[in-house]
Amino acid sequence: MTTFLIVAILVLAFILVFQISKASEYVSVLKGEEKTFKQSNRINAFLFIAFLVLGLIGAWWCNEQFYGRTLLAQPAASDHGEKIDNMLLLTFAVTGLVFFITQIALFWFAFKYQYTDKRKAFYFAHSNKLELIWTVVPAIFLTFLVGLGLFYWFGITSDAPKGAQIVEITGKQFNWMMRYPGKDGVLGRKNYRLTDASNGNALGVDWEDEASHDDLESTEMHLVVGKPVQLVINAQDVIHDVGLVHFRLKMDAVPGIPTTMWFTPKYTTAQMKQITGNKNFVYEISCDQMCGSGHYSMKGIIIVETQEEYDKWLSQQKPQFLTVSEANKKVDKPASDTLQANMSAVGAKPLAKN
Amino acid sequence: MSIEHTTTVQESASLASTHDHHDGHHEHHHEESFISKYVFSQDHKMIAKQFLITGMIWAVIGGLFSVLFRLQLGYPEMSFPILEDLFGKWAAGGRISNEFYYALVTMHGTILVFFVLTAGLSGTFANFLIPLQIGARDMASPMLNMLSYWFFFLASIIMFASMFIQTGPASGGWTIYPPLSALGQASEGSKLGMDYWLVSMAMFIVSSLLGGLNYISTILNMRTKGMTMTRLPLTIWALFFTAVLGVLSFPVLLSGAILLLFDRNLGTSFYLSEIVVKGEILPNEGGSAILFQHLFWFLGHPEVYIILLPALGMVSEILSVNSRKPIFGYLAMVGSLFAIAILAFLVWAHHMFVTGLNPFLGAFFVLLTLLIAVPSAIKVFNWLTTLWRGNLRFTPGMLFAIGFVSLFISGGLTGIFLGNSTLDIHLHDTYFVVAHFHIVMGVASMFGMFAGVYHWYPKMYGRYMNNTLAYIHFWVSLIGAYLIFWPMHYQGLAGMPRRYTDFSNWESFKQFGEMNRFISTVAMIVFVVQLLFIFNFFYSIWKGRKVTTQNPWGANTLEWTTPVRPGHGNWPGEIPEVHRWAYDYGKDGRDFIPQTEKISDSESKH
Repeated sequence: MTTFLIVAILVLAFILVFQISKASEYVSVLKGEEKTFKQSNRINAFLFIAFLVLGLIGAWWCNEQFYGRTLLAQPAASDHGEKIDNMLLLTFAVTGLVFFITQIALFWFAFKYQYTDKRKAFYFAHSNKLELIWTVVPAIFLTFLVGLGLFYWFGITSDAPKGAQIVEITGKQFNWMMRYPGKDGVLGRKNYRLTDASNGNALGVDWEDEASHDDLESTEMHLVVGKPVQLVINAQDVIHDVGLVHFRLKMDAVPGIPTTMWFTPKYTTAQMKQITGNKNFVYEISCDQMCGSGHYSMKGIIIVETQEEYDKWLSQQKPQFLTVSEANKKVDKPASDTLQANMSAVGAKPLAKN
Repeated sequence: MSIEHTTTVQESASLASTHDHHDGHHEHHHEESFISKYVFSQDHKMIAKQFLITGMIWAVIGGLFSVLFRLQLGYPEMSFPILEDLFGKWAAGGRISNEFYYALVTMHGTILVFFVLTAGLSGTFANFLIPLQIGARDMASPMLNMLSYWFFFLASIIMFASMFIQTGPASGGWTIYPPLSALGQASEGSKLGMDYWLVSMAMFIVSSLLGGLNYISTILNMRTKGMTMTRLPLTIWALFFTAVLGVLSFPVLLSGAILLLFDRNLGTSFYLSEIVVKGEILPNEGGSAILFQHLFWFLGHPEVYIILLPALGMVSEILSVNSRKPIFGYLAMVGSLFAIAILAFLVWAHHMFVTGLNPFLGAFFVLLTLLIAVPSAIKVFNWLTTLWRGNLRFTPGMLFAIGFVSLFISGGLTGIFLGNSTLDIHLHDTYFVVAHFHIVMGVASMFGMFAGVYHWYPKMYGRYMNNTLAYIHFWVSLIGAYLIFWPMHYQGLAGMPRRYTDFSNWESFKQFGEMNRFISTVAMIVFVVQLLFIFNFFYSIWKGRKVTTQNPWGANTLEWTTPVRPGHGNWPGEIPEVHRWAYDYGKDGRDFIPQTEKISDSESKH
């Protein structure tokens, strides 16, 4: 019923507007087209200047309303993020200046040079000097922006520092899975053909690689504040993207092509709760590359904590290799050699050297 | 001096000049059947109208889709039973399902980018203006031209049909990145709908190539006597570069689409490697999903300029005519179009900064991308100088041209953020990008198109569109465009990702519910006002105020030397000869001097 009502009102409004417009055309014929032209020209010129003034006020008001809800109001939570924020502010300054100058000039000219019988348009076809100025000046500003941008870009995309913590993150429709290298600091080899989620191997880890035996798997990412971390990024099915808004970072997860990015978290989750004044604050991983119908819900959580908290968490984790082999041992017969037993329990062939 | 005065002066002048060489070219006045005149027409003007009207139908569909998904974004908690009545399982319970949402988003993008702003914009105005403004009777090959439209029509039919199949149309975004688009298991829209999409796009590319080759050969070979390249109106230069871009880049998309069809249907692995989808281990190894992105954006980026350049050209022309002043810096305008066209080919990877692209390679793309800001700045300053000390007539075309400049500035400046890879890491695929490309490519080009339609409508139909409706259309559209897209920058600066159906579960993004409601409401109002435009368009074809003078705007270009309603062949007599550039407005105290007038000895040099 309401739908019908809305449609009826729309149609009526439509007809009304149309009739008025039609009538105005007849009036203009009666009044003389020249007179009508001058009148509507004045109205439109006035509207341009009104649009400029109201637009500038609107832009200011919009900023008042929404600035606080953006990340501009919070410090970046990573060292790279700080560089990006610097670049952002600088670009705002440059483009903002150009924006105001050109928009004000545009609408002011529209108002100022509206048609009058008295003025003759000024024949001004070109001026090498002026054109040179507005080729060179933007070029100088851009050189500056490009230079600084690339300086930051090479910093952000440089190799991770030695000793950075390595965390693997893998995207699949529609969640994230993390893997930690364990005590040896090396992630075990993977082979996608071994993927078998029902047998505890959702990531396709090759258990034959001993480096995999102490790897930890987790659904949350735990990071130590102030310690560089290198993410090794994978995807299983389609392209995803590890979006870390508070760290101001982003990197695609591409099936078959591992990618990587590194950064140093600056604030723990608890600190960020204070900084943002939001007691529910949490570092979220958002998928930023269209990945299917559940794309909007593909969320991961990062917990940034102190070294002690992290160590405590780590001590409670159990390598996936052990979890899987224990689960399988309950079904299979026990074997004498532990490693062999565990290996066969996870369905791997015995190691050649044994 | 008013419009009426200028036109009577012009009329008598041009009548005199056509009388001079009226030696009876009546061969174009033969009888035409309904089919050959309106359906399989080879007259470039009719083909232009076919492109325009098909484009308008698509624009309504594409626009309606955006209203539907904005309904979901603006009112996520509400249910609209009428949606279930209309769309059945896609909107069960009156709520737009996720699959439906993504299908709507994908189709909105595809339709607007390709069918409206490529075919509808450059198809319309390249066809309409090239022969008329260079002084040719028709295109180099009217037959290919006709085929160009009918391939577009075929593409339209296939795309339209894809919306009615059981698994729905393509839904992986208009960029159709594989593996999502390659694997039916990964998404409903990647089943049959994706094949339809690819085949439709192949037809579309054929259409675009036929059209483009025709435009290029017509401009290069069929200019009338005296019409040197440097005397061409800027519209023609813009359409020329547009056609060159299309001819060189669309084939690359075709190759990308065909490889994708192979991957989907023939078991090849161009884009697929090491994939486990829904627990199923696929045999494909060794392909690269990133390869597709290179192929796609090698078209995709020039495509942005294919959309934008015709608008740049038309706006230059319309601003000059209605300022009663020459366009400022004609050669710089041509040069900047050329620079933009060249750079368009060298910047595609700026869409891929966060794909794991080699950072060193990325650096070149940053440099080349930001370089585009220089010719763009030249254009903006030249337009501003064209307005400066002019005598501005705010015809509907002029209003949209000025609106275009404003939007081009706003959207262009945010490009400086996104082209900078450092900032792109943060802003990539957020609403900042949505705001950027909608303003600079979507709305701005749409404004260019509206400017063109209002300006050349008298030439198309021999009537005017209703001015009052046009003013309402312009002001609501301009204000609406800013109200919709300005706040989106803030969402982007909060890191809010694109293509999310619902943000309520996100601690980081849920603070914009109110804003989304506002944006959706404005979007609906703006959509309704576009319907007003369409109504105005069709009503005026039959009932609009009649054009009584040959040159209603007092313009210099050749199309206004044809009769009010030109037949097939455009000029009843000989094609006029050109003696000067198109922008002698306000020279030596004269309001305008048509291109057909000889340069007199007493004239000042410029």
